[in-house]
Amino acid sequence: MRFNALSVLRQGLAGNTGWRPHWRKPDPKPEYEMLIIGGGGHGLATAYYLAKNHGLTNIAVLEKGYLGGGSIGRNTTIVRANYFLPGNSEFYSHSLKLWEGLEADLNYNVMHSQRGLINIFHSDGQRDAAARRGNAMLAQGDDAILLGREEVREILPYLDYDQARFPIYGGLYHKRGGTARHDAVAWGYARGADQRGVDLIENCEVTGISVDAGRVTGVTTTRGQIKARKVGIVTAGRTSQVAAMAGLRLPIESHILQAFVTEGLKPCLDHVVTFGMGHFYISQSDKGGLVFGGDLDFYASYAARGNLPGVEQVMEAGMTLMPMIGRAKMLRSWGGIMDMTPDGSPIIDRTPIDGLYLDAGWCYGGFKAVPASGWCMAHLMATDQPHPVARRFRLDRFATGDLLDEEGTGSQHNLH
Amino acid sequence: MRLPCPCCGWRDLREFTYKGAADMLHRPALDDASGWDDHLHNRTNPAGETRDLWYHDPCGTWVCVTRDTVSHAVISGATLGEAR
Amino acid sequence: MKRRDTGGSALNRARKLGFSFDGRALTGIEGDTLASSLLANGARLVGRSFKYHRPRGVMTAGSEEPNAMVEVLRDGSFHPNIRATMQELHQGLEARAQNCWPSVRRDVMAVNDLLSPFLGAGFYYKTFMWPRTFWEGLYEPLIRRAAGLGRLPQSHQDAPHEKAFAFCDLLVIGSGPAGLMAALAAARAGADVILAEEDRQMGGRLLCDAGQIDGMPGGTWAAGVLAELTDLPNVRLMPRTSVFGAYDGGVYGVMERVGLHMAAPGRTPRECYWRITAKRAILATGALERPIAHPDNDRPGVMMLGAVASYWHRFAVDPGRVVVFGNNDHALATAKALAADGMDIRAYIDPREIAADAPFKTYQGEVIGTRGRHGLHSVTLRHQGRETRLEADTLALSGGWNPSLHLACHMNGRPVWDAGIAAFVPRPDMVPGMAVVGAAAGQFSTHAALMTGAQAARAALADLGRSAPDTPLPQVEDAPYALTPLWQVQAKGRAWLDFANDVTTKDVAQAAREGFASVEHMKRYTTQGMAPDQGKSSNMGALAVLADATGGTIAGTGTTTFRPPFVPVSIAALGAGGYGASFAPQRFTTSHAQTRRMGAPMIEAGLWYRPSYFPQATDRDWRCACNRETLYVRHAVGVCDVSTLGKIDVQGPDAARFLDFVYTNTMSSLKPGRVRYGLMLREDGHVMDDGTCARLADQHFLITTTTAAAGEVMRHLDFVQQAYCADWAFRLISVTEAWAQFAIAGPLADALLGHLLGDVPDLPFLGCTPVTLGGVEGRLFRISFSGERGYELAVPARYGADLFRQLVALAEGLGGGAYGMEALNVLRIEKGFVTHAEIDGRVTAFDLGLQGMVSAKKDCIGKAASQRPGLTGAARLQLVGLRPVDRQSEITAGAHLYPCDKPAKATYGQGHVTSVSYSPTLQSWLGLALVENGRARHGETLRLDDGLRGLRTDVEICNPVFLDPDGGRMRD
Repeated sequence: MRFNALSVLRQGLAGNTGWRPHWRKPDPKPEYEMLIIGGGGHGLATAYYLAKNHGLTNIAVLEKGYLGGGSIGRNTTIVRANYFLPGNSEFYSHSLKLWEGLEADLNYNVMHSQRGLINIFHSDGQRDAAARRGNAMLAQGDDAILLGREEVREILPYLDYDQARFPIYGGLYHKRGGTARHDAVAWGYARGADQRGVDLIENCEVTGISVDAGRVTGVTTTRGQIKARKVGIVTAGRTSQVAAMAGLRLPIESHILQAFVTEGLKPCLDHVVTFGMGHFYISQSDKGGLVFGGDLDFYASYAARGNLPGVEQVMEAGMTLMPMIGRAKMLRSWGGIMDMTPDGSPIIDRTPIDGLYLDAGWCYGGFKAVPASGWCMAHLMATDQPHPVARRFRLDRFATGDLLDEEGTGSQHNLH
Repeated sequence: MRLPCPCCGWRDLREFTYKGAADMLHRPALDDASGWDDHLHNRTNPAGETRDLWYHDPCGTWVCVTRDTVSHAVISGATLGEAR
Repeated sequence: MKRRDTGGSALNRARKLGFSFDGRALTGIEGDTLASSLLANGARLVGRSFKYHRPRGVMTAGSEEPNAMVEVLRDGSFHPNIRATMQELHQGLEARAQNCWPSVRRDVMAVNDLLSPFLGAGFYYKTFMWPRTFWEGLYEPLIRRAAGLGRLPQSHQDAPHEKAFAFCDLLVIGSGPAGLMAALAAARAGADVILAEEDRQMGGRLLCDAGQIDGMPGGTWAAGVLAELTDLPNVRLMPRTSVFGAYDGGVYGVMERVGLHMAAPGRTPRECYWRITAKRAILATGALERPIAHPDNDRPGVMMLGAVASYWHRFAVDPGRVVVFGNNDHALATAKALAADGMDIRAYIDPREIAADAPFKTYQGEVIGTRGRHGLHSVTLRHQGRETRLEADTLALSGGWNPSLHLACHMNGRPVWDAGIAAFVPRPDMVPGMAVVGAAAGQFSTHAALMTGAQAARAALADLGRSAPDTPLPQVEDAPYALTPLWQVQAKGRAWLDFANDVTTKDVAQAAREGFASVEHMKRYTTQGMAPDQGKSSNMGALAVLADATGGTIAGTGTTTFRPPFVPVSIAALGAGGYGASFAPQRFTTSHAQTRRMGAPMIEAGLWYRPSYFPQATDRDWRCACNRETLYVRHAVGVCDVSTLGKIDVQGPDAARFLDFVYTNTMSSLKPGRVRYGLMLREDGHVMDDGTCARLADQHFLITTTTAAAGEVMRHLDFVQQAYCADWAFRLISVTEAWAQFAIAGPLADALLGHLLGDVPDLPFLGCTPVTLGGVEGRLFRISFSGERGYELAVPARYGADLFRQLVALAEGLGGGAYGMEALNVLRIEKGFVTHAEIDGRVTAFDLGLQGMVSAKKDCIGKAASQRPGLTGAARLQLVGLRPVDRQSEITAGAHLYPCDKPAKATYGQGHVTSVSYSPTLQSWLGLALVENGRARHGETLRLDDGLRGLRTDVEICNPVFLDPDGGRMRD
């Protein structure tokens, strides 16, 4: 069933009883051409583009819980293309272009909202770094505007311009940056993949990866053995455990990132705003909650929940940047598991095992990458060649030194 | 979360800076390129008990903490000398 | 609704309080909440729902309130989303309804209710997609305006908030019978006890329960216990305090309302955020009554039965004609007790068979509808196949009770289904060190509450190694609690589950039809439980409806995750003490006061403040000052406070060996009395920091770090020592703040020192020596970050301020003066010295042209990894100098570089500019840049493009050392 205003009208008049499931709930077949382990945003997008771009539909996505239950369902929903290192820049640029056509492509309103993103900076040195970044964005064909303090004040009058500790010098404005409705992205890709014949299998945990003579032959799951010629690991925070089933030890450490939402408020914050002196980013959801977050809790964890020091640091940063939020109340906090790499950039690559592919290491920037990640992982799995915009996301780059370290913090996983 | 500093006793998380897995306590030989790659980048990243390195900023002691990455239970802390 | 003439245990009838709601002047009584005073004033309609803008009234008497959210004037502006049930009334309180326009009675957006067939679960995922450009321009702004609840003022929140820490043996959360009993038992045993209660008054359900304890009213017993606890020095009673989160290691997040109930709190903190670390905790948070999903169950006047009782007993609110709809023995008992107390209960409706011994009419049946546009007028019930309409002002619902076990689940623990009470109950040890007692554990009778409270206290005391004196249990009823679950009434019309977010049973069923059949999917698709009450009253019902729709069981369907906070907590309080000027520590040099007196604008450098420049009346702008100060150094003598650089003292027989290990170059060959420039790598082979290393004596070194990296370097050195050199004989310590250090640079530096010291020591370049100034032991280093003959003079920090004044005076006497960061930057760029603008964490010694400093003869931190193929070679960005072809053409840091014949496209990028300055010495703009294969390209011209600032100019690549490349000026 296509979604549009007419179908909503028709169904509404019929008591909304005619809607059908957005995707089927098939049982796993004994064999597929390809398997995607992980039914999150990246896995679902990979399946969707395998079907759409490469005509491959004998595919299953194996999800241990419910679709979209990992990081795609718990993030701060920011979509942007403001990276500056060659290798990242073209990838995120490609991703943003895919976002811009996503609703039409999926026939699903993911509420991609290009409301503009402003990174605030607080010193001459930070201005120079922002200029370097902005010029890289322009060179990539994306948009960037360098704002002075007064120009920022015009757009964001509620920031604390008298704040004495780290005064506001200006901002880097990325107008095409914005947000999207995170769950809808997962559901939209799921529905799209399902409509093209992909089997989405929930409550199906992979417990083993079968490898024969250096070649993958399938997986063992809680719902039985499934054979496949190619298997993609797209399991974000759980990547290390899944890869270990194939004997791989990866450059990944899993960390907690907390995020927060306030009670609903009438529109009061129309952009995505980030603070340059403390890790803090905020936007307002269409439902009215302020959605915000900060740094990792900084210690390896799979608990999907954080502790108070992390909470306090985010609140302190938020209050420092925009004291108006002090009157809002934090309604809910949550923690996600972030697959942190030693340079802060992801991996989309083959592994030493034939037929086993890896899409991982998204740190805490995976949401905006979903379309391009799926696009490039699908390309890799279908053609065995890296997609040009993802060619630097190699697994061996740490050994060779061809790093993509946007933060410049070096080989410590939690610092990116 | 509270962590045990061998010098100061149990202290709040906010006093500590995390570094990473305790595997880093053993430096490979200078010419062991793959050993260094593994040392610097690869992690067992266990879901369960782990040993990792924390700096207690107020006293300058590095602590090797044994804890659980799933339950967040903190089991013990040792100086790096003891941990090696 | 009106106020009763008598009763109201919370009220001090002697004091009337004037307040206003939506501009209407009203009167309440001291002790009222805003909700109770509104009800007593007959104001049933207090707000509008989120989606359909349906009229909403007070439903509960606690923090779980889904409906009565209002805006309250505090500190000059209206604060959104205040629960009327939690806001204590004070004189002059001003409140207004939110999410309605123009008024709560006539709300234009109520039209949404008529459109509700088209606004069902997830409708927005299916439409608003065409045309694409309309989303940001039209659809989204409309949706945003319609959504949201209260309005957040955009002015700064600057009312005071506090943060505090506490430690205790036992934290008891909740002061009902279970909590009081636990606190009493532990307190009598001498344990440090904190008893936290969300309400203003302690006592929990004993404040509004008719039952007797030890032959006295429950409230009287509670008062006695509280009196005893108040007198004990080992007990801290914390009313108005919500424990909002359980965290690792026995840490609890706690919010105390301190000044929110005051008419004029002044400097009293509005709230205090506590972090309480407890060895043991007892959760005694009681249970929350749940509504029943029947058609039109959302009208103002539909309330929870327990809330009706609470308002009756504590606030003397007469609910008028009451119909009770329950499904459990407790509901019937409560109705009887209230009737006996004088409440006008017209009927009791229950789907179960009930004995007809009540003083009011009873019906075995169900409520199938309500009427009343802005408030309940009548209730329609189905009974023996017939429909009956009853006039009523209040419909009191009781669908049973849900243990308030949220905190026990904050560490991912999943509760278990208890079919006996049709509710989830906690399992043991879901939070280490926490026991759950009383109704929170599904033990609903008062007897069970007292008993489990006492037992848990005894167990906690045993864990803590304390013996517990036997605290006898009071005599009390142990009434059974029987219910037949009733989640939804099957009848025509919309039945609400989530009142705040407007989720009906139909929405849940539709979600299931659309495949959103897992509880997390249903929640996300319908927004069930995502409103400000986080589904406290509705999640259970929604779960049951979902289980019904999918043919599953409630236990099998499972719950959503309980996450902190238990109640919404204000961001101002959570950030208390750490925002604004307190966001980061402020570090000041000893010359700070004098520098400020000299009018210098200060800029942040790491945590420090340093002068940007020292203005003079003749300066047209900062650049004039900067040029002048630069030329002091080039032509006379300049003075600059460099104390912010990190200083680390390293001593011992193995000190030199250690430094050889952490620096790329060799320090063990350094002679005492000499200084060497040093480079440190991170273990991953990239440059961490640079600085100087002075050998003060054979076994005594003093090393410096950059200002920004001082902390990181100290941590790193501590790590290397403790991890790899634990048995080497040396120690290191930061002495950054022990010494004040000043650069004295320029051709007249010796002359200045001559005036100061009388006798200038004959120091070679890169020499150091102790000196004495007026009896103060100092240190003199002949080092230079300016390229001029220069010194750094260090004295113990307490002499810094004096020395700075003297140095500036002497420099001025020689035609020089103080210089700030701007001039310092010009001077170092002229010499091609790098800072963290260049050492940005991605560069290697090779990139900086310093590969020769990595000793081939020894291992050092970072050496192995620096030999990776990707970290050297022509593809690397390498440090170069840049000069504009037109010397007066400005260049900018952050610009990118391209071949002159190519467009500014990423694929043609050659590198970027890291630092720039205008050199008054060379009368040219100068830049440092990182350029691909840059060292081999000196002399080549590139196009500098700063598209952001519309700047494009040709630049020539050159040696980064612009001035005095052979270093004669600083060396000779």
